[in-house]
Amino acid sequence: MTLLDVENLWVKFPSRHGVFDAVRGVSFTLGRERLGIVGESGSGKSLTGRSILRLIRPPGIMTADQISLEGEDLMQKSERDMRAVRGQRISMVMQDPKFSLNPVMTIGAQIMEAYMLHNAVNKKAAFAKAVEMLEAVSIRAPERVMRAYPHEMSGGMGQRIMIAMMLIPNPEILIADEPTSALDVSVQRQVLDIMDNLVKERGMGLIFISHDLNLVADFCDRVLIMYAGRIVEVCDADKLREAKHPYTQGLLNSLPRLDEPRARLEVLQRDPAWSEAPSVSGRI
Amino acid sequence: MTMISVENLNVWFGNGRDRVDAVKGATFAVKRGDSFGLVGESGSGKSTILRAITGLAPDWSGNITVDGNVIKGRREKTFYKKVQMVFQDPYASLHPRHSVDQVLGETLHLHGFSDIDARVVKLLDDVGLGAKFRFRYPHQLSGGQRQRVAIARALAPEPEILLLDEPTSALDVSVQAEILNLLADLRIEHGLTYLMVSHDLSVVGHMCDRLAVMKDGEIVEIMDVAALRAMKATHPYSQHLLEASV
Repeated sequence: MTLLDVENLWVKFPSRHGVFDAVRGVSFTLGRERLGIVGESGSGKSLTGRSILRLIRPPGIMTADQISLEGEDLMQKSERDMRAVRGQRISMVMQDPKFSLNPVMTIGAQIMEAYMLHNAVNKKAAFAKAVEMLEAVSIRAPERVMRAYPHEMSGGMGQRIMIAMMLIPNPEILIADEPTSALDVSVQRQVLDIMDNLVKERGMGLIFISHDLNLVADFCDRVLIMYAGRIVEVCDADKLREAKHPYTQGLLNSLPRLDEPRARLEVLQRDPAWSEAPSVSGRI
Repeated sequence: MTMISVENLNVWFGNGRDRVDAVKGATFAVKRGDSFGLVGESGSGKSTILRAITGLAPDWSGNITVDGNVIKGRREKTFYKKVQMVFQDPYASLHPRHSVDQVLGETLHLHGFSDIDARVVKLLDDVGLGAKFRFRYPHQLSGGQRQRVAIARALAPEPEILLLDEPTSALDVSVQAEILNLLADLRIEHGLTYLMVSHDLSVVGHMCDRLAVMKDGEIVEIMDVAALRAMKATHPYSQHLLEASV
């Protein structure tokens, strides 16, 4: 069951020194699964996530043969129609809750605004829905949190609030861009469990963008490994440790490990051929 | 030979009703040439300890001794020659309009060195950047290169102690490996003592000999790395932290 089908996606940024290709011909599909996208900063993973929502702003240029959401090509949609897709059918959770929540609105007002924008309901119903959503992401004392401002929240709570907000319209696809990298390990687990439940219970498709290989290996079903704007390898997450591409192996080996002490960490030796090789397709 | 000794350290912010006790009764000692780690989740007070040692946290009580000198009130100039700090975010800790040459040159000038020119080149070599990076600005450098400049700046006064506040948490894993290797090499070459803060147990396990686990401002456990690797934490919180990170 394919929810999303991306074919030959390019993102380009014209500059004084010629056109810079940030994403170069990426293709993949997403079913009702947890799809991980990993790579270093600058590998194009976040831009890939953003382009699905067509959030690349000029001077950036994005092209694709198709980005189809259950058969509808998003590339053909007008900006006005896209607004009905963003948030409603495909939601995105950004990396840092500090920069994604409005600092001068209470949490409650923000969540209710999001809900009332998409649904014709009164404030009372919106309030009840917002409290319900905060409970769904296991926030204790949701009524108190509704009255609070973002700066009164810890990072983990902020991130859970973001997820609650994204889930209100019950989207079919959630794109999570490094949702846990600003969080501590113990809080990280909670946030992942919440997203995991959503995939299982609501049958949502999840695109999980991260630079943390171990996390992706544990959490996702399938992984795309990106390097210099291309997918260099696609594999099942539980087989990530047996990955064949030297780039993936290099990334795995550069991690310090508690169970295997080493005097020196391996440093990734980059091969120019990696960025030349054509993109591997992540379509099923 | 104890290089850093912290006894019953309390650090707080604010007064009266708004008072927050960030560190409560922390006690530990670091031997000369050792590498000591502080781990814990955000808000546990690990960075605050570093800030109290350098004088960036104004309200504290207890005893801090650095290389036999008890610290009280304003720190002397010799203190800053001995103790230097590397911050978490290399994007925020370098002046955006100062070139690498200015950053290092100013530090050297303030510490009263005269052969600044030769020293800047030497420092850049030490951190593996080389002279071609000398006149670049921070925006022309990658995250790893910036952190190397920040390390070079910390090394400029020829310190004996480096306080490392999450030096690699803003970097990619491949770059993290380079920086951790560099820090390990520098410690041996210059005989440095490290006090390193990290939330990543495997990084601390790689870099340090001993570590303290912090929770809510208190040190709940001090253990050596062998115990960490064997997953033999005695306190339930450190055990929980270990399980979460494997």
